[in-house]
Amino acid sequence: MVPEGVSLTGLSAAQLAAKLAAEEVSSREAVDAHLDRIAATDGGTPDGDVWAAPPADELGPDHVHAFLRVTAQAARDHADDIDRRRVAGEELGPLAGVPLALKDVLTMRGAPTTCGSKMLDGWIPPYDATVTELLREADIVVLGKTNMDEFAMGSSTENSAFGDTRNPWDLDRVPGGSSGGSAAAVAALQAPLSIGTDTGGSIRQPAALTGLVGAKPTYGTVSRRGLVAFASSLDQAGPFARTVEDAARLQTVIQRHDPRDSTSVTDRPPDLLEHLHDGVDGLRIGVVRELQGEGYEPGVEQTFQVALERFAALGAEIVEVSLPHAPYGLPAYYLIAPSECSSNLARFDGVRYGNRVDAPTAEEMNAATRAAGFGPEVKRRIMIGTHALSSGYYDAYYLQASKVRTLIAQDFRAAFETADVLVSPTSPSVAFGLATKTADPIAMYLNDVATVPASLAGIPALSLPAGLAEAPDAPGSALPVGLQVMAPLLRDDLMYRAAWAFEQDLDFAPLPTGPRAVGGAA
Amino acid sequence: MTTEFQDGWELVVGLEVHVELTTRTKMWCGCATTFGDEPNTNVCEVCTGQPGALPVVNERAIHDATLLGLALNGSVAATCWFHRKNYFYPDLAKNYQISQYDVPLIADGYLDVEVPGPDGDVETRRIRIERLHMEEDTGKSLHVGDTGRLHGADRSLIDYNRCGIPLLEIVSRPDIHDPETAQAYLRELQAIVRTVGVSDARMEEGSIRCDANVSVRRPGEELGTRTEIKNLNSVRSLGRAVRYEAKRQIAVLEDGGEIVMQTRHWDESKGVTETLRVKESVTDYRYFPDPDLVAVVSPADKVEAIRSELPELPAATRARLAEAGVAAEQASTIVASELGCWFDDAVAAGADPGAVANWLTGDIAGQLSAAGRSMHDSGLTGAHVAELIGLIEDGTLSTNLAKQVVEGMIEERGAKGPAQIAEERGLQQVSDEGELRAIVEQVVADNAGTVEDIRGGNQKAIGALVGQVMKATKGQADPRKTNELLREAIGT
Amino acid sequence: MSLSADEVRHVARLARLALSDDEVTDLAPQLSGILGYAEQVGEVAAEDVTPTVHPFAPQDVTRPDDPRPSLPREDILASAPEVEQDRFAVPRIVAEEG
Repeated sequence: MVPEGVSLTGLSAAQLAAKLAAEEVSSREAVDAHLDRIAATDGGTPDGDVWAAPPADELGPDHVHAFLRVTAQAARDHADDIDRRRVAGEELGPLAGVPLALKDVLTMRGAPTTCGSKMLDGWIPPYDATVTELLREADIVVLGKTNMDEFAMGSSTENSAFGDTRNPWDLDRVPGGSSGGSAAAVAALQAPLSIGTDTGGSIRQPAALTGLVGAKPTYGTVSRRGLVAFASSLDQAGPFARTVEDAARLQTVIQRHDPRDSTSVTDRPPDLLEHLHDGVDGLRIGVVRELQGEGYEPGVEQTFQVALERFAALGAEIVEVSLPHAPYGLPAYYLIAPSECSSNLARFDGVRYGNRVDAPTAEEMNAATRAAGFGPEVKRRIMIGTHALSSGYYDAYYLQASKVRTLIAQDFRAAFETADVLVSPTSPSVAFGLATKTADPIAMYLNDVATVPASLAGIPALSLPAGLAEAPDAPGSALPVGLQVMAPLLRDDLMYRAAWAFEQDLDFAPLPTGPRAVGGAA
Repeated sequence: MTTEFQDGWELVVGLEVHVELTTRTKMWCGCATTFGDEPNTNVCEVCTGQPGALPVVNERAIHDATLLGLALNGSVAATCWFHRKNYFYPDLAKNYQISQYDVPLIADGYLDVEVPGPDGDVETRRIRIERLHMEEDTGKSLHVGDTGRLHGADRSLIDYNRCGIPLLEIVSRPDIHDPETAQAYLRELQAIVRTVGVSDARMEEGSIRCDANVSVRRPGEELGTRTEIKNLNSVRSLGRAVRYEAKRQIAVLEDGGEIVMQTRHWDESKGVTETLRVKESVTDYRYFPDPDLVAVVSPADKVEAIRSELPELPAATRARLAEAGVAAEQASTIVASELGCWFDDAVAAGADPGAVANWLTGDIAGQLSAAGRSMHDSGLTGAHVAELIGLIEDGTLSTNLAKQVVEGMIEERGAKGPAQIAEERGLQQVSDEGELRAIVEQVVADNAGTVEDIRGGNQKAIGALVGQVMKATKGQADPRKTNELLREAIGT
Repeated sequence: MSLSADEVRHVARLARLALSDDEVTDLAPQLSGILGYAEQVGEVAAEDVTPTVHPFAPQDVTRPDDPRPSLPREDILASAPEVEQDRFAVPRIVAEEG
């Protein structure tokens, strides 16, 4: 738990919200404290009313570089407005005045949305994402837009066109990805909350690697409108926080039916907070046989086993379950997601917005613009997806992968007959060193091996800290290990309930420690 | 039925017709569909393909497409999906078109068309319709440079107002074997589209567009290689282009050449088709289900509810008119010009169907056309037509006077009825016997030579005297009465 | 599955990406490796399985045909690389559409 602290930046969102509601502190004070923390740790430089991230080659070795852009003045103005309304006695939402970092893949009027790509240079979105609207409606203050793997493709945030984001626990390691900026911002105490997006693990894996709680809600419960699509059938926005309760509170704010997103479901999960504290006594916790063992670091395996013992000690019934098709999840994912992305990213062509490379004909202009604007990983995925959908390959690749997807969903349904929630390690490894996996795409893809099955099935899944473990390449190191909790469709409440019980028992301090941890911890 | 087109060659034509539905909003967003607005004013994040924007299906578009599909005797898919058709083009904002692929909204329809048979009678031919599927229209490109056309332009300017307007593609089977049937199919389709009210089907505004797939073969042989003809902007162009292309292909084949699969452009002024591009291979559109959209479901009760909204279709109207005694050609004209409700109103008001058809398709249509107007904006009603016919039948108006009354009604835009116009403009026939007799006697006295002729047996010469009487009465004499009085005066 | 340089170029044309020769050289083995890995899906017997497009989606989602205000033209044109006569300008188009 976050200790009742000396500093506003060390508080959980719930703690800060309580102080705001009691008028012990103002939202402006909270925002300023977090802006100061960003200035001290992120390497940003003031540029008028925003702090723009420095060029990639000017990043200092001690910079986290979580933010691409800090909309400082807009945040202060918003905070002042909330404070005024609070003083005037206006009824405000439970998280009113709390600052938040927004992944730069969700649109927000008045500021650029880059998706970590040069391709969108100069694009000012003409509309707010539904998630952005809901945050504003809840009077949550957006501090700025966070770094990410280009178009959310990656597991280390090293695919950003604007430089790497570093892991606050060890600045020489990656924070995971693709929502690495949103994870690092919360881990580095630059914000108590952030929003990421998860397509195959892009919230859960960085949460695991930075010692946070990160949740992918049931597909369709959070509107995708204004979320720049990577893979439409998988993309889902969700919360990062330093506590389970904070994550549940933030998810509650953003999950709402949206008639402007055809895939938005009308049902909601039961109230995430009502039974949060009910414990796991009698709950059947399923251990997925296929999501452990070979390929998982010893430290991760060991921490996971201890976690199971803790659950058992709390009264949960531990059962082993099998998802026979889970081993095919990653191959299926790496056909489906690139297929969708090859079509979703076709619109970046230099005609309506963003970058353009001049050429004599429209066709050459499109091709040159796309060649210059997309980074290597995005190009790889567009190529894979284009091939997987092309004539003669569709059946063996895209269609077969879509059938495997059906089988994985069936596996989950069967498993949920014997278990209420399922657990696994979130990631096969702890945070790895910068530039250690960039040369080998498949090695990078294997980061998602445990997170992808839930994505394919659309079920809710979160990661929370399970403890610290040694990285194989750094004897004596202690880095966060994530525990993944998965629940049936629309049972996000059960997932949070199990996670909360575990969190209380573990008493993990989400404050980066270690020789290369971010400096000046609150 | 012989399907020979020329010298033992059979022509095989399939048509792909695109109909823009006249919904108020676009297919996926709430932007207006108004034609001819300032460029890029009816656009939003969805129809300009802004990152993060999502489509939501227009309920009305599905309804209207279903209605038209049922009018074309199709069956509605219980469940269907949208697919993405991936290709790059600047007027396609997302660089994929949302369309339908393996399961269209409507399949297996047909259209019966009437064409003149070899003996001058009317033959009915059934053209099967493979599918109707929903898709979206593209934006419009303005080609700027020396020529104003795509070829030779140095840049293009894109307006996305049209991008995302609901489009229904109607694909016929290759059941058409002559240009006349192709034309009849397109005309009948236009009539049905207008009757069910889902589009104004104006070819000149592009709200209905037609491409023709044309091939020739020896009867009984496999289908020949086809070419696709684009830029058919009227029913007339379709007929000319199909005829030209068939003859071109026959000439190539008889010369020992081969037909190359290609897209050809119809040049209306030159009257020829020209190569637009050669299809080296089938374009790889990489269709896949659009993950941003969900299934469209049409349960039987919903389909039947829509079916119950179907109005009387053109073929049924024509049959009903024919049964009422209207000549086939006039019935076709009434239907094609959408004069059905005037016809029905006039007949309901007691007028003779044949007379109503005569006036509607004859003098009224002619005068309206000369005035640059149509029945729809004339202000004339079926009751006016019935009244006019009544005035003729009771002898108040001669045919000639009735035409002048029509002219008056058109001038007054229907504000005054025929009786009032005849009254105000003094157009009633002179049938007052005393007045007419005086004029007749004067004419007989003035034309002694002609009178002698008639008395000598030249009965036809009486026409000249009738003409004199008409002249003297400014056409208002009742011809029958005049004839009668003349004979009396001459004594024949 | 092993992709040749020519196949990589063909896919790049479909994807409208102007790849350099070096990129083609690098991508051929990378894409072959990824596809080789992904091909494992073929090991699953799935002839009779219905493919899943949406993991969890409603059906028949529509909106009424009621107009909503469009965005101001200047907002839409603001991000365009080149504008002429209130339209998006592109260099001359060579290919024909769809």
